[in-house]
Amino acid sequence: MDPLLLSRIQFGANISFHILFPAITISLGWFLLFFKWRYNRTGDEAWMRAYFTWVKVFALSFALGVVSGVTMTFQFGTNWPGFMETVGNIAGPLLGYEVLTAFFLEAVFLGIMLFGFRKVSNRMHTLATFLVAFGTTMSAFWILALNSWMQTPTGFEMRDGVAFATDWWAVIFNPSFPYRLLHMLLASGLTAAFLVAGFSALRYLAGDRAESMWKALRTGIAVGAVLIPLQIFAGDQHGLNTLEHQPAKVAAMEANWETRSNVPLVLFALPDEKAKKNRYELAIPNGASLILRHSASGVVPGLDQFEGMHPPVMPVFWGFRIMVGVGMAMLLFSWIGAFYLFRRGTLPKPLALVLVPMALSGWVAVLAGWYTTEIGRQPWLVTGVLKTADAVGPVTGGHVALTLAGYLALYAVLLVVYLGVLIHMALKAAKEGDRSPNPASGDRAMSQPMQAGE
Amino acid sequence: MTLDMMLDWPTLLPLIFAGLMGVSILFYVILDGFDLGIGILFTAADDAEKDTMIAAIGPFWDANETWLVLAVGLLLVAFPVAHGVILTALYLPVFVLLLGLILRGVAFDFRAKVPVHRKGRWNLLFFIGSALAALAQGYMLGIYVLGLQEGLLAMGFALLTAICLTAAYAAMGAAWLIYKTEGALQEKAVRWLRRALMLTVAGMGAVSLATPLASPRIFDKWFVWPEMALLAPLPIISALLFLWLWRISARLPAAGDAHSLKPFIALALIFAAGFGGLAYSFYPYVVPDRMTIWEAAAATDSLAFILVGTAFVLPIILGYTIYAYRVFGGKAVDLTYD
Repeated sequence: MDPLLLSRIQFGANISFHILFPAITISLGWFLLFFKWRYNRTGDEAWMRAYFTWVKVFALSFALGVVSGVTMTFQFGTNWPGFMETVGNIAGPLLGYEVLTAFFLEAVFLGIMLFGFRKVSNRMHTLATFLVAFGTTMSAFWILALNSWMQTPTGFEMRDGVAFATDWWAVIFNPSFPYRLLHMLLASGLTAAFLVAGFSALRYLAGDRAESMWKALRTGIAVGAVLIPLQIFAGDQHGLNTLEHQPAKVAAMEANWETRSNVPLVLFALPDEKAKKNRYELAIPNGASLILRHSASGVVPGLDQFEGMHPPVMPVFWGFRIMVGVGMAMLLFSWIGAFYLFRRGTLPKPLALVLVPMALSGWVAVLAGWYTTEIGRQPWLVTGVLKTADAVGPVTGGHVALTLAGYLALYAVLLVVYLGVLIHMALKAAKEGDRSPNPASGDRAMSQPMQAGE
Repeated sequence: MTLDMMLDWPTLLPLIFAGLMGVSILFYVILDGFDLGIGILFTAADDAEKDTMIAAIGPFWDANETWLVLAVGLLLVAFPVAHGVILTALYLPVFVLLLGLILRGVAFDFRAKVPVHRKGRWNLLFFIGSALAALAQGYMLGIYVLGLQEGLLAMGFALLTAICLTAAYAAMGAAWLIYKTEGALQEKAVRWLRRALMLTVAGMGAVSLATPLASPRIFDKWFVWPEMALLAPLPIISALLFLWLWRISARLPAAGDAHSLKPFIALALIFAAGFGGLAYSFYPYVVPDRMTIWEAAAATDSLAFILVGTAFVLPIILGYTIYAYRVFGGKAVDLTYD
């Protein structure tokens, strides 16, 4: 068995599983801060109830993010020692800063945020919530700095086959970093927004009409409706940035085989790498030239320029289309939702039925987008510096196959349980409504019976 | 090594980072040691006790585990080549460790959020995950102590250290419970502590004997004059602490909950002494007898860049960690989100 392919699948599986949870928590922390802030300002307990419902989802998602993230730290060494040997001088400090400025902050204040409501002042509890949200965002900052550097490396020189930083500012703020960071933060915002909306819609369908459900639902829909146009714009800018720095990736995204003007926008096709053409193509004339060059006669680089050095076309082409397609669905349903919730003050049942599966739309878009950009970087691990094939470790294929099977089985089970628990929590919240004893009235002295650790 | 050499950055920085990494590993072993230990003791507790035990670690476990991420992170940042060599050599035990950490991490949350009738299986997985993580760490310790050797003898020794480190974590967990609980559970924790202590002593003895015997270099570092006399306090203090702990635990729980934190502190000191001995044995190697910290070190400039941040941030981290332990100080009460 080929250890390179198996190691790639294993890393892909680990990081795909991992990113699901940060994609939620990076933004859900700010949602919680918003709920807390509204409660502090209005004194309306429904906001605090929304907080307590969502802090549990946060705790669960955060735990899954932490444990799958620990795995990542080890994987660099176990499977990709060539990565650290070649670019460790740059990747190391960026990861180090992530641990120092983000991981401890979020992990320590998470305890206070989850279990400290009655132990510290309300102000301190709000501060803890802020610090957790801030920590998750810092984490995104550093890891995206590293990922962007791998895509568009700057600020370094090679000596004896090892990268040395010459300008840390240029390393961190490399050309694709601002676009990628913004794109990912917005993606996280949308993931959390649709999760909150979908979870609340499930409560609605289960007969829940509690005020805390409405508040969460409106927040989710409003955030989704506002962020999705911003994301479409940011994504377009990110695409233009990629065209400038990684044209081979864009050529694969568009399945454009030949460098020329008047390139059509391919909506559907089955790219055939052997024949170097698209089968069953459905395209809008001049579309790609218009989007990428803002002119029908704009010349767009094709795959023919990157013979043997371009990424596999099929997954990049389809990853991109799935992401964009999900984005369009987000635009449609968040705006319909905003219309009904804020103009009519109702939630029609068919819309609620659509919003429930849309709870996971962020996940699909995030994964599809990451596959596009990561597979799109191939055959490079660090563009122009290190090929993926040269970074893999000496571990035998049998060992990698064994651990890969273990991870896959574990992740499948955990995913099913995670979703099952979310549904269980939504139905339980719907059953209890806002009738159970108030959690946060007045002096915060009263207690609600709960299981330990709940 | 002359003073001149000590004062230039390329020499000094790897030394500083080796020190920081050592401190993170020690912090990890002590802090995650007690919450892994509580997971291991889960198997001996009844359902109500389990909730209290979880409450005793709930606000801390996540931050405790972050010390492992920092330790591995520092290995990766400061000694990138060694990171690859060590982790590829320990490929399968690392997988078991991660599997264990994943299982216990999610079980901790799932056990409280799944329907009540499914709680039992997550309790069981919390125990299995904690035990797997502890066993894997002990196994890796054994393999590392023998210089990353392969073969049946090394595996046998590593299995022994695996069991003993697991027992040592159980002792830490029991000591933490003595501090955080009262009544019947506290009495139970005292019994757990004394049982686990015996295996801990055996394990530390085995590692102390095996390390010099496996490597002539380490033997020569310990058993020459005057080092022998200078190092003698380490084993002597550890032995005295063990004896003192054995005696004081016989009289626990004491009236007015006196001495309840002392077993934990004594164990932490024993861990520190044992760790100090190991650090002395292996210095200046990061991969035993193969690669020194200077050979494995990252570029001086990279180390300087991260050191600046570390110097600012680490004191702040310690500050808010202490704050969090104070907020959740005293006896454990049931955890609630509101």
